[in-house]
Amino acid sequence: MQGIYEFVRGPLLWVTFVVFIGGSLYRLISMYYLARKKEAFIFSYLSLKYSLRSILHWIIPFASANMRQRPIMTVMSFLFHICLLVTPIFLLSHIILWDESWNLSWWALPDWIADIMALVVIGACIFFFFRRQILPEVKYVTSTADYVILAITAAPFITGFLAYHQWIEYRTMLILHILSGETMLMAIPFTRLVHMFYFWFTRAYMGSEFGGVRHARDW
Amino acid sequence: MAVPATKLKEKKEIIDVGLEEGAARLTYEKIEQVINRVITGEMAARMKVYVDTCIHCGMCSTACHYYLSHGTPEWAPVGKVKQTMWEILEKKGKVSPEFIKRASIIASTECNVCRRCSMYCPYGIDIAYIMATVRRICHLLGVTPQYIQDTAHSHSATMNQMWVKEDEWIDTLQWQEGEAQAELPSLRIALDKEGADIMYSVIGPEPKFRAQLIYQAAILMTAAGVDWTMPAGPGWDNSDMAMFTGDFEIMGRVKRTHFEAAANLRVKKIVMGECGHAFRSVYDVGNRWLGWKMPPIPVIHATQFYYELLKEGKIKIARKLKEPVTLHDPCNIVRGRGLHEMMRYLVNATCENFVEMYPNREQNHCCCAGGGVINCGPPWKTKRVESNSIKAEQLAATGVHICIAPCHNCHGGLDDIINTYKLNMHTMFFIDVLMKTMEIPDSLKA
Amino acid sequence: MSESKKWDWDTSEELIATPSEWKTKFARVQEPYVGPDGKKVAAIVRNEDGTYTACVNGEAWENTYDNMWNLKFGPDGRLTAIVSEAGEWTLAVDGVPWENKFAYVWDTKFNEDGQTIAVKIQQDTRYGVAVNDQPWENSFEHIGKYVMTPDGQHVAAAVQAVPLREAEVFKFKDEGTWTVAVDGNAWEKIFTNVWGLDCSPDGKHVAAEVRMGLYDYTIAMDGEMWPEKFNCVWEPVFRPKTSEALATAPVRAAGKWTLAVNGKPVWDSKFVQCWHQTYSPDGRKLAAIVAPSFGQWTVAIDGKLWATTFNELVQDLTFSPDGKRLAAIAKDDGHWKMVVDGTPWPAMYDMVWPPVFSPDGSKVASKVEKGGKYTIALNGKPWRECEAIWNPVFSPDGKKVLVRSIEDGKYYRRIVPVSEF
Repeated sequence: MQGIYEFVRGPLLWVTFVVFIGGSLYRLISMYYLARKKEAFIFSYLSLKYSLRSILHWIIPFASANMRQRPIMTVMSFLFHICLLVTPIFLLSHIILWDESWNLSWWALPDWIADIMALVVIGACIFFFFRRQILPEVKYVTSTADYVILAITAAPFITGFLAYHQWIEYRTMLILHILSGETMLMAIPFTRLVHMFYFWFTRAYMGSEFGGVRHARDW
Repeated sequence: MAVPATKLKEKKEIIDVGLEEGAARLTYEKIEQVINRVITGEMAARMKVYVDTCIHCGMCSTACHYYLSHGTPEWAPVGKVKQTMWEILEKKGKVSPEFIKRASIIASTECNVCRRCSMYCPYGIDIAYIMATVRRICHLLGVTPQYIQDTAHSHSATMNQMWVKEDEWIDTLQWQEGEAQAELPSLRIALDKEGADIMYSVIGPEPKFRAQLIYQAAILMTAAGVDWTMPAGPGWDNSDMAMFTGDFEIMGRVKRTHFEAAANLRVKKIVMGECGHAFRSVYDVGNRWLGWKMPPIPVIHATQFYYELLKEGKIKIARKLKEPVTLHDPCNIVRGRGLHEMMRYLVNATCENFVEMYPNREQNHCCCAGGGVINCGPPWKTKRVESNSIKAEQLAATGVHICIAPCHNCHGGLDDIINTYKLNMHTMFFIDVLMKTMEIPDSLKA
Repeated sequence: MSESKKWDWDTSEELIATPSEWKTKFARVQEPYVGPDGKKVAAIVRNEDGTYTACVNGEAWENTYDNMWNLKFGPDGRLTAIVSEAGEWTLAVDGVPWENKFAYVWDTKFNEDGQTIAVKIQQDTRYGVAVNDQPWENSFEHIGKYVMTPDGQHVAAAVQAVPLREAEVFKFKDEGTWTVAVDGNAWEKIFTNVWGLDCSPDGKHVAAEVRMGLYDYTIAMDGEMWPEKFNCVWEPVFRPKTSEALATAPVRAAGKWTLAVNGKPVWDSKFVQCWHQTYSPDGRKLAAIVAPSFGQWTVAIDGKLWATTFNELVQDLTFSPDGKRLAAIAKDDGHWKMVVDGTPWPAMYDMVWPPVFSPDGSKVASKVEKGGKYTIALNGKPWRECEAIWNPVFSPDGKKVLVRSIEDGKYYRRIVPVSEF
């Protein structure tokens, strides 16, 4: 057990960072070069002003018409993404690990809040799961991969929550938690989770076309 | 609020020779070869990023009038992408002739490339571009609906949409000039007048079926004292169905002819009639294929031109329309050029009672005719009208009898909807409104 | 040029006519046109009775017509107009209509010395060309672009030779309906489309841009297609001063354009766009308008780019008579510029007309417009502002410029020494 723990906590973590960072950079850089080579016109329309205008309208809850038409989805989606990003970064036990390894530390969330936030992520994943099951227009375009991605995203939070509360054997849960977190990070560049990076660019381009060329709003 | 009940006919398969015979000629090898040529040669980062980014959330569905009218998922934008592009990419082009036929039907008759979904997607994925690429593949495989293909052929042979021959074009202008001179003796439709301020360009159906629009434009230009001209040769037509079949080479040729006609006439700008798709082609599609970032000679849509004439006091309104009117925002000049506020200025300047339809401006529902769908012709008409009951509801809710729509395709589409759903409405162009409301200086009258 | 030697290059100023006064004589007066030597100014005018005629230097043509348009001076100074009488159309030359009348007539063209005049014609819904009052023996379903050899001996046109009914999409793309007719005789080969074409200077060859089916573009010379097929092509031109038939056309492959001669690429470079290729008069240099990258335009000469690019448009590429210099008009950030050998004149304009080189190539002049006023600029230096002005012409010795202008409603012909610019 200790061996496995040492492995996932040590070498595998390095592998994860390399794959996550390297993979993400590879995706972004290769896309950049592909676009430069074959769709160079894209860059001539990019406008910082309209990119930001578009991004802002889509990262502020209810700032777009579509979001206003779907209040539940909007609330769930924002809660999900905020908790997904904030919880692991500001979780005290994660910060302790950073501190131990790198002597880096920062402000931490009170555990009870982090606990709730993990539950929010898990709840949102359940919401998304049923949304995929129930709404015909979502079900129609849902494939196995979508459930796998959902599971990959939910797993670190479920295992983390269980590990924290130590309801099941802690050591096993902790290893599972680390493993699932590493899986998620490594999956980001190579699955549709890459939208985490691509979002900014697709929005920037659409925002620039709508704003700079077409003089219209895209939200 | 509800739309008068109209019994929708039972679905039966629509036979279109262009699709049937086109698909019958295909082999699996040919399909795979052509698709892979498009994937490696023409698609690049954009398509890849779009396909990898789409999280399959379905949030684009309610953007689409087809989905809002039918309510089932295969009509949602992402549903159409799933049935076409995802499959094509997943199978790396190993798809059947029957699949290509179905893809062509979806891309050409179940999507108006109106870009409302592109605006609804949280990532800003340009779904209209994806469907246009499906059309491109279908074009390269020779599987396109017969009527729009015939129109693309007309563009290639005559540089206009309606097989209008060169002499017929000039003859029509001279005929309209003669008619209009009875009203304003000094009126002239100057042909090929080098150095005029403005080249006025129209779409093929105007000389063919709606010559009175040229007459009206000539009245307006004369009343406003504008120095304008029209090309006597090819280049007079700004429309472009080749853009919508995916025949980008012909699109480029037609746009080049249009812009070079203007450049050779040394005009300062091109003013075009009340057409939406032509604006899209001239303003941000056809020009790009040729390497022009923006139109090399500025292109002003008729509604903006009227707005400027009114603002500058070059035309004056003598009397306003009393009947209540509503306004339909055409996709290609609203999501495509943001002219919605100028149009509202025009409506308020010319009409006493303006009733907005909801949603409006960039959010407006499409007419379901644009994007080449109405050009697929009679076989597809019923489907097109049935696929836009949401528009009928939207129109009916205004309770008015006049709908101003500054776009030819919108006119065609809305007229069919109005007739089918018995909405007791009629459509008008802005120029129709101006003819009823603007002042003609006495000095110009006979 | 040979023609201009005979012109009056001595009278420094001549008031030819006052077109602004013609309004008192006629109900309507259209915009004026001037003859190549500047001795005539003419306009289409409408009489009180609604008939049309042309007014030349204040004198109306004897004949009047039901309708009239397309007033054009030929290179030899003859004035033509397309006229109609009793529902029939023809061409009137210096007031005298051709004997042949047609259902419709349009698109007047002259050969180099103006002795040959051609128009497109339609009679009984059949189409063709009439040259010096003689219609082609054969007629066609429709007609597209047409060209004439400089000596006026041959005329070639894109013609639709096969009838096509509505929505016959497969016949159109599989069998084709268009071909080329030379002096009225159609090639045997039928194409899906035929667009721009060119005659070799000796009149022996004709090349045309064609499409076979919907996807294969190439150039056809004398009825035979290049074996090479492309994604797209633009109109060909022949290389002058050579006994070989060298058709040169922009071709597109893998999304990029380059130039090909008889099917083989001649330049290594590839462009986002490449068109309006033109040879120097001696045929030794080849230049074209190109977009080296999206939205950036310039000129390539023998494949090498000018150092400056322009972000809107480049047009009217013109070699000097000795072939040593090259000028074009460019539009950049909404302003029009004259660019000579890659260097723009410092001044910017609202509009610029095609460049005119002096015979020795040392000077460039052009009609330009700024703030609604027109003038001639020579090597970038403007002459005085006028209401209207026409393209400048250099004297054969290159020391003087023929300036044709309207000031205060009066049309003047002036010979201005180059030193006055």
